[in-house]
Amino acid sequence: MGKANWLRSLASGIPIGISFVTSVCYIAKVNGVSMQPILNPDSATCDYVLLNRWAVRDFHVQRGDIVALVSPRNPDACLIKRIIGLEGDVIKPKSQSQSYVEVPKGFCWIEGENHSQSMDSNFFGPIPLGLITAKATHIVWPLSRACRLMFQNNKLSCKNETF
Amino acid sequence: MIRKFLAKGFGVGFCIVQYGCIAHCFVEHIAEMVICSGPSMEPTIYSDDIIISEHITTKFSKYERGDVVILRSPSNPKMFLCKRIIGIPGDKIKINSIQHSIVPRGHIWLEGDNKNNSTDSRSYGPVPQGLVRGRALCRIWPLNSIQMLT
Repeated sequence: MGKANWLRSLASGIPIGISFVTSVCYIAKVNGVSMQPILNPDSATCDYVLLNRWAVRDFHVQRGDIVALVSPRNPDACLIKRIIGLEGDVIKPKSQSQSYVEVPKGFCWIEGENHSQSMDSNFFGPIPLGLITAKATHIVWPLSRACRLMFQNNKLSCKNETF
Repeated sequence: MIRKFLAKGFGVGFCIVQYGCIAHCFVEHIAEMVICSGPSMEPTIYSDDIIISEHITTKFSKYERGDVVILRSPSNPKMFLCKRIIGIPGDKIKINSIQHSIVPRGHIWLEGDNKNNSTDSRSYGPVPQGLVRGRALCRIWPLNSIQMLT
């Protein structure tokens, strides 16, 4: 195989790769402490999660799902949070100053696991579903914690099973 | 014979996937055609006009007052809207004769050109920039009114 041939197959692979990453799934590094203890339990190391874009192509999400979204405050930043409430739900925000909030149509209420150190809906209110880009389904790195992220009986668990 | 046939089938399949992905990348990241419907942007854009929207400037979050943008509706993520940017973060927007609103960080204030018949930021407030999909570049249909929109 000559050099030109090799280059040609590389060039043909790039659009396939980009399409895959923008519409099927990709792996991302989780920074910060807002999702402790589920993600990044040990602040020294960073977890890598598999973000499934295909699962949220119709914006069907459920309470308890961990999702990646574009920050409403900074369009260049990506947040990873858990969905607490969907449209029509009445939520009592954690901050004391606010009374009950009803989540409007097409919006959702998201919170981090680590309430004291999380920039979430308690701070900026309900967010439009259109900001959600992907759903986190697995932890892939470090290998010792590789597992599938499950939500059962009102509790988020990490199931150690092959995926 | 069968092996030859299979190899050819595989080759054709790969070609379809490859060109499909190139087209997908172009539509997702560079530019696409949009058919507009509804009266909210009259007299700039009429119903059933076809416009070209580009995704490059919005990737770098460069928003300017006066740009026409295509964005996901805040109340229905499957619907797209076409509005004009009136305010960028920090701008003071006059809601009525007494009240003012300041556009928060990472948001934009949008209004339709047809002020009397448009559901826009005056009813749902500032919109996060993350919902913006593209910026309208030019109109290509109907043919007798081809023009730049920037």
